[in-house]
Amino acid sequence: MSRLLRSAWVIGRRDFTATVFSKAFIFFLIGPLFPVLLGAMFGGIGARVASQAEQPRVAVIASASEFAKLAAARSQLGDAMGDRPGVELVSVAPAGDPQAQVASLLASRRHSVVAVLSSPFDQPHLTGAVDRDGTIAGQVGLMLGAARAPPTAPLEVVSTAPSSGSVDRTRAITAQTGQMILFFLTIILAGMTLSQLIEEKSNKVIEVLAAAVPIESIFVGKLFAMLVTSLVGIAVWLGVGIAGVAIFTHGAAGAIPAPAVGTAAFLVLTLVYFAMNYLLLGSVFLSIGAQASTVREVQTLSMPVTVAQVLIFGFAALAVGSADSPMAIAGAVFPLSSPLVMVARAAEMPELWPHLVAIVWQALWIGIVVWVSARLFRRTVLKSGPVKRRWWRKSAA
Amino acid sequence: MLRQAVSDAQSGKWAVEASDLTKDFGDTRAVDGVTLGVPTGSIYGLLGPNGAGKTTTLRILLGIIDPSSGTRSVLGHERPLDAAQEIGYLPEERGLYPAMHCRDAIAFMGALRGLPLGEGRRRADELLAGHGLGDWARKPIRSLSKGMAQTVQLLGTIVHRPRLLVLDEPFAGLDAINQARLEELIRRQARNGVTIIFSTHVIAHAERLCERIAIIAKGKVAFEGAVDEARAKLRPIVRLRTRSQNGPWRNTIPAGARHEGKEWIFELPESGPEPLLKALIDGGAGIETLAIERPGLHDAFVAIAGDKAAAEMVQGPAK
Repeated sequence: MSRLLRSAWVIGRRDFTATVFSKAFIFFLIGPLFPVLLGAMFGGIGARVASQAEQPRVAVIASASEFAKLAAARSQLGDAMGDRPGVELVSVAPAGDPQAQVASLLASRRHSVVAVLSSPFDQPHLTGAVDRDGTIAGQVGLMLGAARAPPTAPLEVVSTAPSSGSVDRTRAITAQTGQMILFFLTIILAGMTLSQLIEEKSNKVIEVLAAAVPIESIFVGKLFAMLVTSLVGIAVWLGVGIAGVAIFTHGAAGAIPAPAVGTAAFLVLTLVYFAMNYLLLGSVFLSIGAQASTVREVQTLSMPVTVAQVLIFGFAALAVGSADSPMAIAGAVFPLSSPLVMVARAAEMPELWPHLVAIVWQALWIGIVVWVSARLFRRTVLKSGPVKRRWWRKSAA
Repeated sequence: MLRQAVSDAQSGKWAVEASDLTKDFGDTRAVDGVTLGVPTGSIYGLLGPNGAGKTTTLRILLGIIDPSSGTRSVLGHERPLDAAQEIGYLPEERGLYPAMHCRDAIAFMGALRGLPLGEGRRRADELLAGHGLGDWARKPIRSLSKGMAQTVQLLGTIVHRPRLLVLDEPFAGLDAINQARLEELIRRQARNGVTIIFSTHVIAHAERLCERIAIIAKGKVAFEGAVDEARAKLRPIVRLRTRSQNGPWRNTIPAGARHEGKEWIFELPESGPEPLLKALIDGGAGIETLAIERPGLHDAFVAIAGDKAAAEMVQGPAK
């Protein structure tokens, strides 16, 4: 083992153990639970709020049997749409002058209706504060249609293996999910690496390290320690995820169509692209950290990179669903978006050779970025004085 | 010249040799033509006020930063990092991981210098026990006092048994007892054949410990050589007290002499003490006391680096 690698091993081993055996790592592991819990919590609150929201009410002047048919039709439509109908029906028995009854119902604060449907099965009229082409009129019309339709033969349903359309749709979701996981995980880990470096600079440990080992090995050791740390985290999440799916879906997850390259290959490629993405972004973040001496400086310096990364994520997301489009190919060629675009491609397209090409291409760029970043790191990491005045600032002075 | 230096170092004459080192930070020249040689097995002091360029010089010698120009040779290596496993370094701004246990911190510092982690832990236990910190071996650094943490870092500096020990302001922040312990540790290391370079702005430490010194002021070496050579830059001081106030003996007193209280203070004339004594006796001075003092390193420092630099050394302003 060369001196550089041996030193990187010492640095990386310390960083790895310090991170994995820290309380912060437990929070890192349970981190993904927070979005799930928050989603469930706010989803539940949202559903409750929605269910408690005032429904537009329509009074139906009809006999009990006629109203029963309408109510059944409303329920049937709700089931088919996967949501409850927006209009609530209120049964009112006919009494006296129909026009006077309609006017009375519209004025009544007790019923609080927006419209009145009269003679639903003879000459239906909807009177009230509604538009002819609006939602309420449309829904009432559908309910009337369903209630008045003669009985037909029940629909025979034959379940088959997933169709091409459903597979494409599921794979697009897999592609988007893969991109999101890669993006967020990379951002979190690069941030963690950066804060460790800042801590070392503020602890003055960095000088002890720099006096003993080549600066490049500090850079490489830190970068790979966090990569291995993240792989531990991913392994834990995967294990928990697989167990959760097996327990809560009772094996139904097996019916989800596999990614285009196959599940095993997709998992391997996702790990590889995650490593590539992290090494590219982590190198950039470390060289930023080398130039900053305080957390505030880091935030200022890393903000443009983070914003650029979000834009790149958006650019890569355009490739989902059109893996061979010029946009997708451009995204695969551009080094910083290439891992994100290619993980989406792995979900949607079966060929493996483009991945081999992409991995070689990305590895080349990682070599360039790590080399440049490590040199920049070496030049700036031990500078603690004021930032050197640049030529444009000199000329402005 | 460098080839000669490397050859000398390989032959064991010089542990460290630097020639015409300069270092520029932007428009500021922090180190300006530093040339020095540290004999193998010696205790060598870098003296100078704060901001003189001592730390930058040490960083260049250790290969932490590269010089803008000039050459260096450390333990026979032109690239100091090639000798890293044989060097121990205590930086001026101490750096330890607060969450690390003391023995792990020492073992880690050893591992950085090539010592296997297990052996490092074993030696760390021994060193901690030997310095009264055995009970703290498995406690985190953050639980130690400043002085104890400094001791742990120093032990981490020597755990791999280096041939060259570089200490940047090692006495800063230590109380008198710990300063005395550190002085003893430095002497013990030197007795074991370790070459020691330390920087300080407290002359007393250098005077007690060093065989050779370099006085640095404003990035330049104002003096480099043995402590006695520095003292020899000044003539011995005569302190004279007489019963007589006036008389022919007064012609013996040099023109630049100071009269403080009842005492005359002046440099011993080049002719030496005997002619002076004779002239004083013959002139009827009635000598009450006469002392000839060898000048201290502080006096030599004032003469070499100037009053302003010396004032900073004595006052030791915080960095």
